[in-house]
Amino acid sequence: MIRFFIAVLAFVTLTGAAQAEIKIREVTSPGGITAWLVEQHSIPFTALEIRFKGGASLDAPGKRGEINLMTALLEEGAADMDSRAFSAARDSLAASYEFDAYDDAVSISARFLSENRDQAVDLLRLALQQPRFDPDAIERVRGQVLSNIRSDLKDPNKIAARVFDRLAFGEHPYASSYNGTPESVAALTRDDMFAAKDRVMARDRLYVSAVGDITPEALGALLDRLLGGLPATGAPMPHQAPFNLTGGVTVVPFDTPQSVVVFGEKGIKRDDPDFFAAYVMNQILGGSGFQSRLMREVREKRGLTYGVYSYLVPKDYAEVFMGQVASANDKVGQALQVIRDQWERLARDGVTAKELADAKTYMTGAYPLRFDGNGPIANIMVGMQMQDLPIDYIATRNAKVEAVTLEDIRRVASRLVKPEDLRFVVVGQPEDVTVQN
Amino acid sequence: MRLLNRIFGLFAIIWAIVPGAVLADDVSAFTLKNGLQIVVIEDHRAPVVVHMVWYRAGAADEDPGVSGIAHFLEHLMFKATDNMKSGQLSATVAANGGSDNAFTTQDYTAYFQRVAADRLDLMMTMEADRMRHLKLTEDDIRTERQVIIEERNMRIENDPGALFSEQRIAAQFLNSPYGTPVIGWKHEMEALSRADALAFYRKFYAPNDAVLVVAGDVDPARVLEMAKSHYGPLAPTPDLPERARPQEPPQTAARRLTFRDPRVAQPYVMRTYLAPERNAGDQKEAAALFLLAQLFGANSATSLLGQKLQFEKKIAVYSSAFYSDVSLDPSTFGMVVVPRDGVSLKEAEAAMDDVIAGFLKDGIDKDEFARLKMQLRADAIYGKDDVQALARRYGAALTSGLTVADVQAWPDILQAVTEDDVMQAAARVFDRRHSVTGWLEKPLFQEVTQ
Repeated sequence: MIRFFIAVLAFVTLTGAAQAEIKIREVTSPGGITAWLVEQHSIPFTALEIRFKGGASLDAPGKRGEINLMTALLEEGAADMDSRAFSAARDSLAASYEFDAYDDAVSISARFLSENRDQAVDLLRLALQQPRFDPDAIERVRGQVLSNIRSDLKDPNKIAARVFDRLAFGEHPYASSYNGTPESVAALTRDDMFAAKDRVMARDRLYVSAVGDITPEALGALLDRLLGGLPATGAPMPHQAPFNLTGGVTVVPFDTPQSVVVFGEKGIKRDDPDFFAAYVMNQILGGSGFQSRLMREVREKRGLTYGVYSYLVPKDYAEVFMGQVASANDKVGQALQVIRDQWERLARDGVTAKELADAKTYMTGAYPLRFDGNGPIANIMVGMQMQDLPIDYIATRNAKVEAVTLEDIRRVASRLVKPEDLRFVVVGQPEDVTVQN
Repeated sequence: MRLLNRIFGLFAIIWAIVPGAVLADDVSAFTLKNGLQIVVIEDHRAPVVVHMVWYRAGAADEDPGVSGIAHFLEHLMFKATDNMKSGQLSATVAANGGSDNAFTTQDYTAYFQRVAADRLDLMMTMEADRMRHLKLTEDDIRTERQVIIEERNMRIENDPGALFSEQRIAAQFLNSPYGTPVIGWKHEMEALSRADALAFYRKFYAPNDAVLVVAGDVDPARVLEMAKSHYGPLAPTPDLPERARPQEPPQTAARRLTFRDPRVAQPYVMRTYLAPERNAGDQKEAAALFLLAQLFGANSATSLLGQKLQFEKKIAVYSSAFYSDVSLDPSTFGMVVVPRDGVSLKEAEAAMDDVIAGFLKDGIDKDEFARLKMQLRADAIYGKDDVQALARRYGAALTSGLTVADVQAWPDILQAVTEDDVMQAAARVFDRRHSVTGWLEKPLFQEVTQ
């Protein structure tokens, strides 16, 4: 009886998806800075997301790691406050600021209470506009970065990702870690920190979103106060990366019981007309959850791994279609064969109508569930702006998923899914894996 | 800067309960006749619901010799039931645009789905079904056992910090089952059987051993009706025993260990002390320890360890203190120091001991204490933005010996803690006889490999 009940419900619910009502408003400050805002006054705080495009890929030549180190130092003292005074001031306000560098952006995530918003914003302004980069703070944080770099050199996941990037991206910054190398980080100076900040933290690459207990007028004033004093322009943006990856298998010997594998080939740009077809196709092949072909074949049927995934990585200056898996050294060869077979099957046969329908139901139903808090909504909105999506994108996105046809997937599969171009980077002591350069 | 968190990943998986405070608003609680406890948390900002079933059964409730069975069963719960095919539950959740997963700790096993609020009834249908009607085949066992062994490979065997943690925690607990890893010892995992899984399932997976937490865009009265119709008919396990696990004897000797592995890139020293946990109606000592952990290691720039070791002595790249407040049995208070290049673990440990001694002598910085109280107050506001985290907080507490009232009283108890309370709790907890000190380092001489 219950079985019947479940089957009926699952079928009936194919049509209805939760509709999150997100009212985004574009706010332009008196000084000309724009931001996207969702007002949400039920909880007395605001989540603010700030991005500077270009990110760590704007490291000056020979100074790999400077933007990462600079970003980490923004919370280490500003104006007349040293690091500890700055932290104490922030904690007194119960505000939080997070500063992170990535390949394509420097990211600042702030949240602050309504009761002391002005003070919290003023303190953040000092960090953004008058950081001290004190020598003792530089040395302390440099030590942390060097420790991270050392750890990455012995982490099989990091080793695999690094070798993959090196094979793919030639001389582009993407080919190396934005942490830098022990040598490049050791050579960074205090002057480099000021220069790095001006390269990346400029208004011509700035994106802002806010969600929470704040009005458009208050946000406008906040934007000017917080960001108006930054330089108008920064360094020229990075160039397109080459894509040098070829099909084959690279083995990096590393004495550990489970081999870690990163694999991939050329991907697709976010603004490509076929992006959505590729996105749906990837969901079927190796997307999140337990339903993907890779998860079913490698984990559920054969128990060869705990997790196997594929994903599209449309970076700003390169596109990759990649995946990862980890398997015991004596099983990884078998796991790679199953993955290759799935790549071939997708290239040859495409997907079935049922797989396509299931993927669409999942993706269109899951999308509204992302908008479940001020922080997550702010994060999504700043990402939309960086990808140059229109402000009404949320309302149209599911229709783009629904519009994907079997023919679209066949077309994009024949363009993207090329078993002969797939490169596996295996870190471990794999048995039954043959190196193919 | 949030660095080096990765190396403590295992610790987080096994122990982490998001600390903080909650408001009592928008929380309703019920109990069904068959013993199922229900907590409903309302948040109407988005049409989303989180549906969770928590069992008062974790790794520490396993019988000796079958370590990992609680976690193995968690995996097997996604196989067939009398009414669903293997994998059907997850497939149905996905077909409704939702996501689902599960997690196991020493004290509980929990299953959850996150889905559009109008799909709650379907989630309850399926979750109630697998509470009592799981059907396992030998083939499920063989395949899924490989999966958990690969999970162990990924989380533990491939990570020297995780292997080190296992050894430290085993040394910390002389008699408590907390000394056995949640995922299981590898040799016992390899022998886990269908009969082992079903024995654990039949004993613990029952409405009188479970807590249902529903959070999101829901009406509590409607949730109660729905729960009655789906979970209400399930039979409780008769004579479910009290959760009385082996308790620690007096710990009378400090323990030390050194774990060496060629894969260690960054050595560190970690010390844990046996510590009391939050108990129903009795959370004051735990609240003082919670504040003590914050004072010692919440933030590297303002906390004691960070100030002394990273700023003043400049001997550490990272330091932190941690305390597991939500736990059925006594837990641990700990600290870690990651030395700078060129500083030995011996020096790092001595410096850590100096910080403890200095604190016991000099007391608490009043400004820092006030800032901490302010941040805890703010957590009640920020916390309302993440209803799933709130749901987890209630589920974890209610399966770790606490009540809804205890969860709701916790913020006020934290605010009421005095500096004197913290000093007294510190004097009690920093007893070396109750401690384990571990060094993680590279081998003394690198072995020659071909």
